[in-house]
Amino acid sequence: MESSHSASVLHPASDSGAALIDQLGTALYVGGAIIFVVVMALAIYGVFAKARAINARGWILGGGLAFPIVTLTVLLMYSLAVGNGLNAIGSSNALQLFLECFGIGDARERTPADGLLRVHVVGKQWWWEVRYEQPGRQEVILANEIRMPTDRAVELVLSTTDVIHSFWAPSLAGKVDMIPGRTTRLRLQTSEEGTFRALCAEYCGGQHALMALYVVTQETTDFDAWLASQARPANEPTDPFLKTGYDAFFRGECHECHTIRGTPAEGTSGPDLTHVGSRKSLAAGTLNNHIGTMAGWIAGAQDVKPGNKMPSSLAYSGVELRALSAWLGSLE
Amino acid sequence: MSSRPPDELPNTLPRPAGEFERLQAVWKRPRGWRVLTQVNNTAIGLWYIGAALLFLVLGGILALIMRTQLVVPGNDLVDYDLYNQLFTMHGSVMMFLFAVPVIEAIGILLLPAMQGARDLPFPRLSAYAFWAYFVGGLVFFTTIFFDLAPDGGWFMYPPLTSYEFSPGLRTDFWLLGIGFIEISAIAGAIEIVVGILRTRPPGMTLDKMPIYLWAMLIVGAMIIFGFPPVILATALLELERAFHWPFFLAEKGGDPLLWQHLFWLFGHPDVYIIFLPAAGLVSMMVATMAQTPLIGYRWIVVAMLATGTISFALWVHHMFATGMPHLSLSFFSAASMAVAIPAGLQVFSWIATLWRGNVQRTTPTYFLLGFFGVFVLGGLTGVMLAVVPYDWQAHDTYFVVAHLHYVLIGGMLFPVFAGIYYWAPLISGRQLSERMGTWACTIMFIGVNLTFFPMHIAGLLGMPRRVWTYADGYGLEIYNLLSTVGAFVFAAGIGIVLLDLLLHFRPAGKVNTNPWRAGSLEWLPQDEYAIRSIPFVTNRDPLWANPSLPEEVDAGQHYLPGTATGVRETIVTSPIDARPQYVLRLPGSSWLPVLAGVGTAVFFLALTVKWMVIAVLGAIVALVSILMWLWQSDPAPSGKLFDIGGGLSLPDYMTGSNSHSWWSMVVLMLVDGSIFACLIFTFFYLWTVTLSGFPPESLELPLIGSSVAAALAWAVSVAAMYVSNRMLPQKRMGAVGLTLTAALAGVWIAFGLSLHALLETNLQPQLHGYASTAYTTVAWQGLHAVLLTLMAGFTLVRLWLGMIDPVRRVVFDNTRIMWYYCAAQGVLALLVMSSPRLAM
Repeated sequence: MESSHSASVLHPASDSGAALIDQLGTALYVGGAIIFVVVMALAIYGVFAKARAINARGWILGGGLAFPIVTLTVLLMYSLAVGNGLNAIGSSNALQLFLECFGIGDARERTPADGLLRVHVVGKQWWWEVRYEQPGRQEVILANEIRMPTDRAVELVLSTTDVIHSFWAPSLAGKVDMIPGRTTRLRLQTSEEGTFRALCAEYCGGQHALMALYVVTQETTDFDAWLASQARPANEPTDPFLKTGYDAFFRGECHECHTIRGTPAEGTSGPDLTHVGSRKSLAAGTLNNHIGTMAGWIAGAQDVKPGNKMPSSLAYSGVELRALSAWLGSLE
Repeated sequence: MSSRPPDELPNTLPRPAGEFERLQAVWKRPRGWRVLTQVNNTAIGLWYIGAALLFLVLGGILALIMRTQLVVPGNDLVDYDLYNQLFTMHGSVMMFLFAVPVIEAIGILLLPAMQGARDLPFPRLSAYAFWAYFVGGLVFFTTIFFDLAPDGGWFMYPPLTSYEFSPGLRTDFWLLGIGFIEISAIAGAIEIVVGILRTRPPGMTLDKMPIYLWAMLIVGAMIIFGFPPVILATALLELERAFHWPFFLAEKGGDPLLWQHLFWLFGHPDVYIIFLPAAGLVSMMVATMAQTPLIGYRWIVVAMLATGTISFALWVHHMFATGMPHLSLSFFSAASMAVAIPAGLQVFSWIATLWRGNVQRTTPTYFLLGFFGVFVLGGLTGVMLAVVPYDWQAHDTYFVVAHLHYVLIGGMLFPVFAGIYYWAPLISGRQLSERMGTWACTIMFIGVNLTFFPMHIAGLLGMPRRVWTYADGYGLEIYNLLSTVGAFVFAAGIGIVLLDLLLHFRPAGKVNTNPWRAGSLEWLPQDEYAIRSIPFVTNRDPLWANPSLPEEVDAGQHYLPGTATGVRETIVTSPIDARPQYVLRLPGSSWLPVLAGVGTAVFFLALTVKWMVIAVLGAIVALVSILMWLWQSDPAPSGKLFDIGGGLSLPDYMTGSNSHSWWSMVVLMLVDGSIFACLIFTFFYLWTVTLSGFPPESLELPLIGSSVAAALAWAVSVAAMYVSNRMLPQKRMGAVGLTLTAALAGVWIAFGLSLHALLETNLQPQLHGYASTAYTTVAWQGLHAVLLTLMAGFTLVRLWLGMIDPVRRVVFDNTRIMWYYCAAQGVLALLVMSSPRLAM
């Protein structure tokens, strides 16, 4: 896959939950390094220096008891403050959250912004169904890519239809599991426009390694326009070549598992393909999306991602395969 | 009697002619192929360690294959399917076949020597535990060659591992294979706990125990309470897979998180079960290497007790990402941080001890320094993971892979390897190669850091765990390359240690060496009979307190210089202040534990592949062997007193809480009770999380009439047992037998009525979590009814043959204790099953 997308805890998106945790992380790394160096210096000195009388009580009570108790108490309060801050979107400074515990600084009420966008993400072996709630209108069902606006918080409603998965976009927020019989929630927000990689973080069987997606953040107007276009049914094939692809789609088994709104394809066990051409990746973050990879995926799904539920479609002629890939690619 | 040291040495010189020869003769180990029949803990301990090291190598090879696969992105050395088996087997082998067995093995090897005992109280039990583990473990490992190895991860989360998503035998091998290896671990724990409490030398009060004894005592207790949750969990998952009884299926009144609670309720204490014994070894070695008593002995004991306790209160930190409320996570976050305090306390005690002494700079010391470096770093990342928001990022990434390997390799492997160099002379009479040891330590230290430090960064760069490949372009390439190189460096270091053992380690007969000038009892002159005579201990470091102790002991001037009863024996002392109570006659070499262990392994493994005939044969071999071995286990009291020196004359038999057997029975019931408690937890947990009602309205509750009648039957059974117990001292043997038979009838009536209460309703175990739990609860009573039948039958036969009388009554007492326990459990089970009536 191309690498311009961030998937790193160490490079969080601006004003995201991950950025808050990153500040906490820096404190942990620095504090941990200092303690490590001091303890090791003491141990090495103890081995290589000559015997000396020591204050045993002081060592045990001071170093062994008082020091960790004080350090850990401060750390615990700091971490609780950050944890609460992550639940209440609106603060981006970990230290500020900590100080507010002691009544220092401005403890504004951190209620979520109005117009919280709610997106349902359903984990499946090994891809993601993504559904956008639209108040008063039918939800928009998509797959394997999430888009969100940069000035609104998004609440992901996470669930699964098979085994346990876990949604993790390292540059945006911590991970939350998707557990059968439950729904879990995760808030995402960032002011940064960009593309961020997300992965399944809970081992979910065979191709757990190849279960990813991209989160694309964009300005609200762009996002709204995008969502409106995604809500529309698929375009009719406009030229004969694309029509050949369209026919190939229905001559094969594709429509039994996939839905393409506006066509007779209404299968639901595979990802919705209504606008598959507009996505950045194929096979849940496994391949970049272009006509070549589309053809390769259709013909070699079991070679690209062995064990997944999509069979390799070997019955198509070369022309059919190219036409089919071109038609699917045109579904933007 | 004798809670103070004798004024002069208990036995005088010269010793009578023939005394020493008789001692040698009874402890003589079998030679040739009969060497397999050994039951002596020192011999079994050595095999046990050898087997554990074999599994370390095997598990390590799996890791090297995985590291080779991950050396570059998109590699195709192994496919996803084999990789998933590899990482599942690596984790399972290292945790269940190496880490826990090796700490028990070291205990079984070192404890008798450290506490001046000829042997621990149940040598055949140790042999059984070893054989079941070794044979079962080897067969379990070979599944990787037949594409039958489990692939659900060592944590085996359902529903991935349940029947729908993991059909086939792979998961069953894990559930049954690991399930019975846990039984072997519990057998070892019983030996260790009762051994430490009852076979210490006179005068070694709790306060004078070597710190390692404390560590193993606490760890034994942790195994007793920590393994039952996973034993129950594996049984429930197997029931779900085999019979579709839902426990973990959300759509049928189960909950996948129930597994995670039960698994980590075991899994987290397990980490400390592995670490505390190693910490105990470190405490012993640090004091010797610094040639000064351990600083803060009592603080360390308190710290280990605190660790053991807190370790049961932080399992949820493996579940921070499951979407639980932040407030409830906070408690477990605090507990997870708190457990760092006793660890820090021990670290500072060790460092202070090193400062106070002139440290011998030899291989064990270097391994100890390696331990400090690796373990402290792992501890610090552990604190980071206890921070809830940070864990939301780091959880299930390579950061955690790095952390756990730092903790386990630092906290266990380095101390154990230090221990290998430190204690090898105790067995072979000479030190391993100082040169090879220093090289091995250096290479291992470089290797472990080169392998695992980059994994922290890979995790933070977004690399999740348990992936057979990864994408390029995210900066992961260099860190994975370093890790792979490091893994081979690390393996080379371990290879040097094994080579050193191969070249320089030969068990010797008589050993009289103390190369590190240690102060603890294991460095007394040792032979097959252990030490010639058992000293009265007045000090935590007896060899430092009395430099002539080795000569006195070896000349036979202390207690029990020969064999008093004419067979293998050791002194049993009181559990707290170690007053001598009786001479325990120990069993000798036998094929029975070997047959029982192999039979048990065959039973479980044949059951997995549904070779029913072989499974039944295995069960019969195991059962018959165990019964024959138990038959020999309660020798008749001689009625005599045996002079062990210093004016001390001890009997050879005791009953009640003075008996070592009573203690093991109590420990066994704690295990049993813990499993049952986990079953009750399962019931109430599912009740609280099931939104559809527990049971849902469409299902009935157990019949109230039959349930009450079952409880009454239990009461009658207990009453009959009570009467039986009153008849025994009156020598009315016919009445004893009759009431015992009546008590047994009561048990089966109670079980039958409990089952009837379910069968006559519309409850079917496949329908709902309530029904499956209720049927499991009753099945558990059925299992105990079978157990009580075996025990009662055993007791009745011995009664009939005159092998039970008012004095020789340990067998009867054990049956009786178990009886009361089963009755209490049976009544509680009935109450719990009917408890939803209260909520109606």
